Amino acid sequence: MILYQYLAEALFFAFILLTFIGGLLAVRSGILMHAVLGLAVSLLGVAGLYFYLGSPFLAMMQILIYIGAVCIMIVFGIMVGYTPAQLQAGQVGGKNLVLALSAAVTAFLLLLVALSRTVWVPAMVKSGDYSLAYLGESLLYQYCLAFELISVVLLTAIVGAIVLARGGREEHF
Amino acid sequence: MWLSGNLNTYLVVALFLLILGLYGMLQHRTFIGMLISTELILNGAGLNFMAFNRFLAPNPAVGQVFTLFIMGIAAAEAAIAVSIILAVYRKYHTADPDEVCDLHG
Repeated sequence: MILYQYLAEALFFAFILLTFIGGLLAVRSGILMHAVLGLAVSLLGVAGLYFYLGSPFLAMMQILIYIGAVCIMIVFGIMVGYTPAQLQAGQVGGKNLVLALSAAVTAFLLLLVALSRTVWVPAMVKSGDYSLAYLGESLLYQYCLAFELISVVLLTAIVGAIVLARGGREEHF
Repeated sequence: MWLSGNLNTYLVVALFLLILGLYGMLQHRTFIGMLISTELILNGAGLNFMAFNRFLAPNPAVGQVFTLFIMGIAAAEAAIAVSIILAVYRKYHTADPDEVCDLHG
């Protein structure tokens, strides 16, 4: 029993490390493809954390939607929109480095103080469970309107993306 | 005390994701880099929602629904952003956000 707990905790640390290292690679790498790889690694770590938060379904969705769709789409955007010389050149740094660092450190310290001073109060009564059946039920009964709205938003976004990506092509051909 | 059963662990990880996204947003010199930073920030938000859902919320389905909606919004946002980046590149022939302007002073 205790051995299993130690193993689970080690895996938890591994997921946190994956998130940090991937995030650092995503924001610090000068080569865009490496940045996307870092993003994918970081999202994988977050998927593992979702598993520890009691929702394997969300972990699967994270891998499916973020790593499988969003990262691949960003890779396609890089391949279509950038020349090889731009991909190799260092894209990070410059005049904003000190400003970005100071803003990030300040925000981190402020939020860390707020986080350490807050006392979180758990809910007295728990209702429902973590099962996928209950999640689907509340998605289709309680949050039905939001569910339909997000479908419309996605459809509009896809149509708009096609229109935007097609526009202006006639000038070149 | 196990770290995986503590709310603050998840909050600190989400805070790190937010800070990394903020830093990358301010410092990256390409549109794609800024888009990647945005995805990091959205992930931090989703992780926060799930952590609060797991430890504090009365109904365990709410946080999962919220996180699913964040994923859908992020997918739509990434599609729009990539196509806008392509349109900008086709018009201005540059990937530097500072050079994309019509009114040079």
